[in-house]
Amino acid sequence: MTRTILVVGLDGSASGGKALDFAEERAKALGDCLIIACYVVEWSPFTFQTPEENEQRHKRREEEIKIAHARVLDPAIADAKAAGLEIEGHVFHGDAADILDDLAVKRGASQIIIGRVGARGLKERLFGGVAGRLVASASVPVTIIP
Amino acid sequence: MTKFIHRFAGASAALLPVAAHAQEAMTFDQRVNDVFASSTGWFVNLIFAPLPGTSFPWIVLWLVVAASVFTIYFGFIQLRAFSHAISLVKGDYSDPNDAGEVSHFQALTTALSGTVGLGNIAGVAVAVGIGGPGATFWMILAGLLGMASKFTECTLGVKYRNEYPDGTVSGGPMYYMTKGFAERNLPGGRIFATVFAVFTIGGSLGGGNMFQANQAHAQISGILGDFPGWITGVIFAAVVFAVIVGGIKSIAQVTEKVVPFMGVLYVGTALLILIIEYDKIGWAFGQIFAGAFTGLGVAGGLVGALIQGFKRAAFSNEAGVGSAAIAHSAVRTSEPVTEGVVSLLEPFIDTVVICTMTALVITISGVLVVDSETGRFILNEAGTSILTVDGSSGVGLTSSAFATGFSWFPYVLAVAVVLFAFSTMISWSYYGLKAWTYLFGEGKKTEIVFKVIFCIFVVIGAAAQLGAVIDFSDAMIFAMAVVNITALYLLMPIVKREMQSYFARIRSGEIVKYKG
Repeated sequence: MTRTILVVGLDGSASGGKALDFAEERAKALGDCLIIACYVVEWSPFTFQTPEENEQRHKRREEEIKIAHARVLDPAIADAKAAGLEIEGHVFHGDAADILDDLAVKRGASQIIIGRVGARGLKERLFGGVAGRLVASASVPVTIIP
Repeated sequence: MTKFIHRFAGASAALLPVAAHAQEAMTFDQRVNDVFASSTGWFVNLIFAPLPGTSFPWIVLWLVVAASVFTIYFGFIQLRAFSHAISLVKGDYSDPNDAGEVSHFQALTTALSGTVGLGNIAGVAVAVGIGGPGATFWMILAGLLGMASKFTECTLGVKYRNEYPDGTVSGGPMYYMTKGFAERNLPGGRIFATVFAVFTIGGSLGGGNMFQANQAHAQISGILGDFPGWITGVIFAAVVFAVIVGGIKSIAQVTEKVVPFMGVLYVGTALLILIIEYDKIGWAFGQIFAGAFTGLGVAGGLVGALIQGFKRAAFSNEAGVGSAAIAHSAVRTSEPVTEGVVSLLEPFIDTVVICTMTALVITISGVLVVDSETGRFILNEAGTSILTVDGSSGVGLTSSAFATGFSWFPYVLAVAVVLFAFSTMISWSYYGLKAWTYLFGEGKKTEIVFKVIFCIFVVIGAAAQLGAVIDFSDAMIFAMAVVNITALYLLMPIVKREMQSYFARIRSGEIVKYKG
């Protein structure tokens, strides 16, 4: 039997934590399973910036990646490893729904697991949250944890 | 030049106590203007000295020759690489692993927000007001040629930028002058860089600051009624101070996001007016072409139209000036040529599209008084520019031209002008600061000194009269171009090598699109 790969979206919220818990349960049940934990910093290449923001951008990006690792991914990875599971963690910049789907396709994941409640801003209400957009467009099955 | 700055700063400091006496407001404005004109006149005369035996300023020829040389030397790069520039901006060639870094789009729009602004609104009105519609033709030509100058300087800006251990980047002509000259074993890189930095500080305080404050005041007082310029100046200076000294980033960030929409609104309105008056577009282009070669009776005739067109185009899109090289250098790319190619779009959007819109609207609106018998323009009493229906010039002329189509437009334009002025000031305060720290070293204290000087000049700019401010702004910005273009000539073989290697790898398929 081939190895199962699960992509889990983490955002540092309790909801993301539940998604990881669910993925860990699945992994334990499946046995040969790799969890790919993914944290996405919302970012678009088509925004308008001041010259200072541009000058600082590379530095900020490094900081964002470091913080995501320290606050969200590293504790999650330590947890899963303590439970004897195989896990890797990644930080990406961009659109969360697109990135999770691309990653799942590229790595041959059998499903994407995310929490239902993201940060609910006006933008999310208008354009649909990450969960809604993944359900509408994902290439692999999506599990949404309430 | 340094002496000049000292004299200038001294003069402004001496005038400051007068500001406390509001009742002397008018005389204050007058005195600012007099001191300003007399202390900068000699430099302005030097930069705009005519070629012997003609009335043609040597500096205009300098810019046009440079743009033409780059155009030919790089084999009409502005035409050949135009579609490639668009795919780069769309992100077709961006490595997904670089997501989160400064994109080509962001570098381009940041640079554009420094150039799109009053040059496109007020500068074009000055050009058309003095040089007639024919100035537009020369402006478009200068814009198209200027694309090659921009390509050259921005490629070098990225190639020789400084990347510091903390991850921040600093780039611009100062760096390609020192590092590029050293690479080619040319002497004098540091001298070039120093002189350039001094002029950049002048350009930052002139075109990037005083001209903006001056025209913003003209627009506001046009709507609220006449009031002393220093009041606008103090308010503007306070907001600029809050952003650049107080570090209140939110104001700048909001402006950066609103300005593009203002730009779209401006072009959209211009297009609407042109659609409504579509039957006059053919006539307007006729005026532009006829005026370009005959002058149609404007001040200075054909040469007047040509000088004005070239001057205002250069002032608006800053091609060859070197400022864009500072703005573009923060992009994330391993190929400097890509940013040069992207920067081609800047003079195109700024001059060929937006400036032409303004010029067409002014021409079509009928605000320029034409002699109904001869079909030629009537000059004002002094014979210096074309008589306008309401006697306005600069941004006021653009405003009344747009008002013939939409009576509410002056209000929108006032908001746009204030925002454009503000975003240009923020961009130029950055360029000026980079030059300042290049000269005096990085550090909080030296930075604060420059930022405070910058704010003082906002007040001076708003209080002085248009003529004196425009002359000084032009002179400083063109002085930057004298130094920068000399360096570009010396370094252009490096750009050519980079360009040939890059396009060879595109053709061979070594560099491929990530998407699209």
